Amino acid sequence: MNPARPVMRAAPPNDGFVTPVTRFFKRNQTALTPVLLLSPALLTMLFVVAIPLAFSLYTSLTPYRLTRPESIEIFVGARNYMRLLSNDDFWEAFLRTILFLAIALNVEFVLGLGIALLINKITWGQRTLRTIMMFPMMFSPILVGFQFKFIFNDNIGILNNALQSLGITDRAIPWLVDGKLAMFSIIFAEVWMSTSVFAILLLAGLFAMPRDPLEAAKVDGCNAWQTFRHITLPFIMPFAFIAMTIRSLDVARAYDIVAVMTDGGPAGRTELLWTMIARVGYENARMGQANAMAYISTILSIAFTYYFFTKLVAARRYMGGAE
Amino acid sequence: MSRDLKKRLRAAGLWVTTFVLMVIMCVPGLWVVLSGFRPNREILAKPPVWVPEELTLSNFGKIFGFGAEQVAIPVLSYFWNSMVIAMTSTLIALIIGMAGGYAFARFRFRFKNAWFLGLMLFRAVPGIALSLPVFMLWSRLGLIDTQMGLIIVYVSLNVPFTIWLIDGFFRQIPMSLSEAAQVDGCTRWQAFWKIEFPLARSGIAAAGVFAFLTSWNEFALASQLTRSTDSKTLPVGLMDFTAQFTIDWAGMCAMAVIIIVPALILTFLVQKHLIAGLTFGGVKG
Repeated sequence: MNPARPVMRAAPPNDGFVTPVTRFFKRNQTALTPVLLLSPALLTMLFVVAIPLAFSLYTSLTPYRLTRPESIEIFVGARNYMRLLSNDDFWEAFLRTILFLAIALNVEFVLGLGIALLINKITWGQRTLRTIMMFPMMFSPILVGFQFKFIFNDNIGILNNALQSLGITDRAIPWLVDGKLAMFSIIFAEVWMSTSVFAILLLAGLFAMPRDPLEAAKVDGCNAWQTFRHITLPFIMPFAFIAMTIRSLDVARAYDIVAVMTDGGPAGRTELLWTMIARVGYENARMGQANAMAYISTILSIAFTYYFFTKLVAARRYMGGAE
Repeated sequence: MSRDLKKRLRAAGLWVTTFVLMVIMCVPGLWVVLSGFRPNREILAKPPVWVPEELTLSNFGKIFGFGAEQVAIPVLSYFWNSMVIAMTSTLIALIIGMAGGYAFARFRFRFKNAWFLGLMLFRAVPGIALSLPVFMLWSRLGLIDTQMGLIIVYVSLNVPFTIWLIDGFFRQIPMSLSEAAQVDGCTRWQAFWKIEFPLARSGIAAAGVFAFLTSWNEFALASQLTRSTDSKTLPVGLMDFTAQFTIDWAGMCAMAVIIIVPALILTFLVQKHLIAGLTFGGVKG
């Protein structure tokens, strides 16, 4: 008797294999696709940002020094944070950072708005002007820092040369050597770099503005200021929030500028939170302390972004653009 | 007639004012670019030489190591590192960002806004603050001073903003187009690849340029994660000049030109889409 050939079992009705897993996938296809599409992004952020941040949090609770690797295993609780809170240098740098951001962002907004209004009025050669306006946006922060280190140089800088040639002063003004002047120079560099971001986005807002309300206001007898205050400004505010949000994503790039221009000097007079982190962490190798500081600066940045993002969402809703 | 003339004069005045303002804005940058083509002795001259008497390419020759005089800074390998790192990280960030942006633009899922905000908040971590733990982890993983180490970091730096931009571009394309294609027998993937992707292509290019520039210009992380010619990028290399006792201003300016030119060309090419992407993606959330 021939051994019976193995009986072919009937194939499952659909395509091949049905396991609980595939059935789950099939049933939840629409729900799972976005998860699948987003997973590479989430994995990247997890690996490069979330895990390091968790590690950073742990390290900030130890007295870790790069020169003593075993010190990472000692747990000291919040001692690093306590030490920061009672440290005058830290508070000075912290407040200076806040002040720096407040001044820079406000000046950038006002200047950007002014430039956008001017260019919006112009009919001939508008595109060319807009392209010229974007010029500073292409400079990397480190380049901006170097550029103004060159320009503000007390000996060979173009600024002092010009002031001396014009006979305004005959001495070399120590732009980057005097504490107050150095802070001014740094803010100047920061404003130069980022005003275009505001100008370009506010200009886009002005372009998108409907004509009717403006004409209605004119008919109703509003003067130029009233029209601007009550119609133009509210309309372009969402664009200002976009600019603020985009800027808030990388406010810390001012670190590059300061690092190359003064590196926190003279005598710590331009020290910002970010240069302090680099100094304590890498130069003094006190990683535990630096991580505590880094955590505070991270929370500051995140709060800043969160604030402007919620403003942006609210403005969108107001404009009826949201889903 | 006189009213007409007045109007024209005002317009002309406005134009001149704006133009002068723009020029003043560009002077600092142009001065550095110009100085890249001047000999060092003219830059250092006292009293200052205002109108360049001599324009030369020798600064570039020097930093690239051509000719008799050489500067001990390997700009060529910095340039190569910058290119490889910026291009690779941009490409990967674009692929990841396209998937993510499409998910945000085309699907409804729970906590969508929270996910989006979360991604943005990750981006907000200051580079120098992030560099501390990444430095510690990368040195354990052997990724310090490798191109790969920097590429991984830059991908994550670029993903959130790429998603923001690409999400905006996909939203601009009516959903009905892809639905019609699916009714006609395309799969969702074909509909994406044949209809939606070509329509969003210019916007995706703009997002790519943005990502490229971020990587090309980044300094805070690169300065801590690189050590040698194996991975040092141009912005980090720029600091080599200041480490010396006498600053070689002309050489530094020449290097600045090398950093700025690729950025200039790229931004110029996609500026229109860049503006559209930034505003649309942002407003019509």
